[in-house]
Amino acid sequence: MPVEIPKDKWPGSIRTVTLGATAADGGTRGLTVTVGGQTALPYMHFEAQSPNPPVVAIEIKSERPEDWSSILTEAWGEALDDPARWAARAQDAGAQVLVLALSANDTPESAVKAVKAVLGASGLPLIVLGPGQPEKDNDLLVPVAEATKGERLALGLCEDKNYRTLVAAAMANGHLVIARAPMDVNLSKQLNILITDMGLPADRILMDPTTGALGYGIEYGYSVMERLRLAALQGDSMTQLPMIVTVGFETWKAKEAKVGEGVPEAWGDWRERGLHWESLTAAALLEAGADIIVLRHPESVRRIKIAIDELMVTA
Amino acid sequence: MALSGIQIYKLLPQTNCKECGFPTCLAFAMKLAAKQVELSSCPYVSEDSQQQLAESAAPPIRLVALKAGGYEVKAGNETVLFRHDKTFYNKPGLFIQVNAADGDIAKKVAAADAYSVTYVGLEFTVDGFAILADGDLGAAVKAVRSASKRPLILIGDPAALEPGLQACQGETPLLHAADPSNWETMADLAKKYQAALVVKADTLDELADLTQKIQARGVEDMVLDPVPAASPLSQSLAAYVQLRRMALKANFRPLGYPIISFPAATGDPVRESLFAAQAIAKYGGFVVLSEFKPELLYALLVLRENIYTDPQKPIQVQPGVYEINNPTPESPVLVTTNFSITYFAVANEIEGSGLPAWLVVADAEGMSVLTAWAAGKFDAERIAKSIKEFDVASKVSRKRVVLPGHVAVLSGELEEELPDWEIKVGPREAVDIPAFYKQVLT
Repeated sequence: MPVEIPKDKWPGSIRTVTLGATAADGGTRGLTVTVGGQTALPYMHFEAQSPNPPVVAIEIKSERPEDWSSILTEAWGEALDDPARWAARAQDAGAQVLVLALSANDTPESAVKAVKAVLGASGLPLIVLGPGQPEKDNDLLVPVAEATKGERLALGLCEDKNYRTLVAAAMANGHLVIARAPMDVNLSKQLNILITDMGLPADRILMDPTTGALGYGIEYGYSVMERLRLAALQGDSMTQLPMIVTVGFETWKAKEAKVGEGVPEAWGDWRERGLHWESLTAAALLEAGADIIVLRHPESVRRIKIAIDELMVTA
Repeated sequence: MALSGIQIYKLLPQTNCKECGFPTCLAFAMKLAAKQVELSSCPYVSEDSQQQLAESAAPPIRLVALKAGGYEVKAGNETVLFRHDKTFYNKPGLFIQVNAADGDIAKKVAAADAYSVTYVGLEFTVDGFAILADGDLGAAVKAVRSASKRPLILIGDPAALEPGLQACQGETPLLHAADPSNWETMADLAKKYQAALVVKADTLDELADLTQKIQARGVEDMVLDPVPAASPLSQSLAAYVQLRRMALKANFRPLGYPIISFPAATGDPVRESLFAAQAIAKYGGFVVLSEFKPELLYALLVLRENIYTDPQKPIQVQPGVYEINNPTPESPVLVTTNFSITYFAVANEIEGSGLPAWLVVADAEGMSVLTAWAAGKFDAERIAKSIKEFDVASKVSRKRVVLPGHVAVLSGELEEELPDWEIKVGPREAVDIPAFYKQVLT
């Protein structure tokens, strides 16, 4: 009995956003990465081609992280002390994009130095995040933007109370920004409008809808992402941006991943649990439409790349 | 699709005979549409109408319940494609597979059966066991039954399955699987032993053919295994989405059944975890895991709970003062919100540390600390109000209150609201509370 499959046809599509610039385009990256371009819900290959697969990024730090789980510090070893070495190791571990998170202890000089060192050690496109305090972020990211003019970095995070300085720095120096809103479709949309109103083209914005880890609010992020993607496909232009999710950051602060002692026996093996926590959070968010997944553990990177490879099989 | 009152009215005799107890057929039709009366109250409705009304009342995805020993594992009856549209109802059952030929079968089942884990105050267990008939299934079922009463999935060909079915009569197990080559014998077995039946085919066309033939042979409770074993994740995702859409959008009965998944088909444990997560997020009904591994099981149980939480009702705890580890008037006061995940994260940390504390749970409309703060539901005024309303001052001799680190910015305002209290800023994450407590509060 021939079954007629209902196929969705959408009026809208996701914008393509390219990270990194090679020498031909005024940068020094060995390659560029393009995400977005979808015209259907994630991996519905029977409806439409999926032009750009999601990519995996690895988060590294400008200084040795003091509060990371030993599962993570054991995986990276001495590379933790040197952003350049760490960047090279991350590239070897399969990262397609690097995320350098600056520290509150950084000065503009040390931040620029760390960014330059990472750019020198790896040809991958780079995302640079401030320490997450509005004034400090601006103090560090503006000189970084200027010192790397033309590299097409993504700078973050732009939030509703602090986006102007970053957006201006990105505009002036040929970079992208990451727009983060707290798990809310309308707030995401509003921030994208504010940023494009300043004159930054929408194809230089990545949207971070904020996510929670497995067990710590993943369902909110998951549903907001599904709703953003549906709105985008229905034609709402200010939601038609690729989505980046900071899965490693969220999951490795969860007790299940971070801690091995004094936890219930029913939680099972610590290392494997931590890897599940990170990779299953990421796997679920892939289904919801994530375009860039930022992870911390190299083994999770390997696992999520398997998931992406399989999800992109069109047979 | 459910019919409206007017559509139902057209199928009724329209004689207003009042024998149903309502003044008119239209009034009765409205009550039927609201599911407040039974159609059997009408003595004159035609057989044809009865059938149409019964079909319209059936859910688009059939509810299949596996039963044994007082346990019931249900799948189906779902009504939406996206959880934000309403909610997902029946959590996919997580089954652990064991092999009939395995000499340790009872021991393995006993370990998994005893498994219990707590998450935000809820207790989770495995849902049942799948037994592969690679040996004497009758003996294997008896061995499993010596260790667990939970529902069973029996996997094998018809000849191997029957001794297993004889060993669990009175239960509703699930048989795997009817395919184009054996469906008649499998259907007869399922009917004879009142079992539910997995129907397996490589394409949806074949699958729809088979379910109709099997239904015509008298089996109603079916479960679909719609993709070849070890298909790539994109193929299982496409098939599961297509099945859900066919059922909900096209009301296509031959595919309106729950789905079973075998994530371990390739033997790769990484792939097993990824596929199981996908099945939980995207429309799986029963998920069979290859072995009992607590670290994977716990992660999947939490994912399942998260995805199946009703998005319209944030899980909340009652605002108030919670006493943890028998606090005294000397013990510190900690503040958090009434979002259940937040509350349990904080309460579990304090409890685990063994240190006594008063935990004030402010009414933040069920939001987490950061979200509530951003939404204006967790500010200095609200925190001060909670502390006054719950009369915390009467419980302590030393008035000091610890704010979550994420809302450190509120400490100034809170000092103004609570002038005789000492305000301290705690860590951002619950996991760091015990260390903070030991360093700063003692």
